[in-house]
Amino acid sequence: MVEQLSPLEPVFRPGSHGNFVDGVGVTLSEIAPGSIVQLAAWPGEEKKLMATIGSVTGLKLADGAGTGASSERYTAFGFAPGKFLVSDASEGLATAFAGKVTAAIGTITDLSHGRTAIRIGGPKSEWVLAKLFAVDFALAAFPQGSGISTTHHDVFTQIQRSGPDSFDLYVFRSFARSFWKMLCHASDEVGYEVR
Amino acid sequence: MLITCPYCGPRDVSEFAYQGDGNRTRPDPASTDPEAWNAYVYDRLNPAGLHNEIWQHAGGCRAHLAVVRDTLTHEISSVRFAREHGAPAHGRRKPGAKA
Ligand SMILES: [Zn+2]
Repeated sequence: MVEQLSPLEPVFRPGSHGNFVDGVGVTLSEIAPGSIVQLAAWPGEEKKLMATIGSVTGLKLADGAGTGASSERYTAFGFAPGKFLVSDASEGLATAFAGKVTAAIGTITDLSHGRTAIRIGGPKSEWVLAKLFAVDFALAAFPQGSGISTTHHDVFTQIQRSGPDSFDLYVFRSFARSFWKMLCHASDEVGYEVR
Repeated sequence: MLITCPYCGPRDVSEFAYQGDGNRTRPDPASTDPEAWNAYVYDRLNPAGLHNEIWQHAGGCRAHLAVVRDTLTHEISSVRFAREHGAPAHGRRKPGAKA
């Protein structure tokens, strides 16, 4: 196994920052899943792909746009018609899908080294994210487990709600350091903890 | 301006890329008819009112969408996946027809 390096390393400063005298508004962390895989179904094969995701991860995906679920080990959510992002705390997820997502069902793209996953949690998570993305982050509009694709200043971002006040953000690894710094600036006024 | 993507829901126009007039019909690639190609590349209705357009949700699900937009008010009266029923029927014109 190769040693995993984080693109955030030069700017990742654990501890409390910004205006935290009245409490920490958000906590920022890197999730660093072992595997991140994008799965895409050919037209009409979406149900089979969702069933395959279920058989590999044990996650049950409901019908509908942006459907998602997560467990201790896995996360999965739809981010486009027939397309899903799946992560695994362990390495080797693309291999687990190989042979199960057959050429007749769709395609597998291993993005483990192509994305950086960042978690923002805490009472001000929605507030901070709403500064960056023109998306409704309220729980009613963005239920737990569900996912979206959106953009901040051309940095394409896939977001899954991982808890009532927690979101997982997947960004291109080459943009991750810049995005992280911007997220820190956006969190400054509410006080943030990096860990 | 908001465009309600059939997959993503209402999103700011900055997430979308305009892909051009939705009324055009591409000539057969084997065609050497210069009038048909000229019409496809250059002729536009430029209506004051409802206009069929193709947009891509480039900063979202990346689907191509068939949108009907009012060029006077920017009101969006319909959005659907471009792949679902071919080009929208509204305002469709024949190649070479003058505005
Ligand atoms: Zn969309």
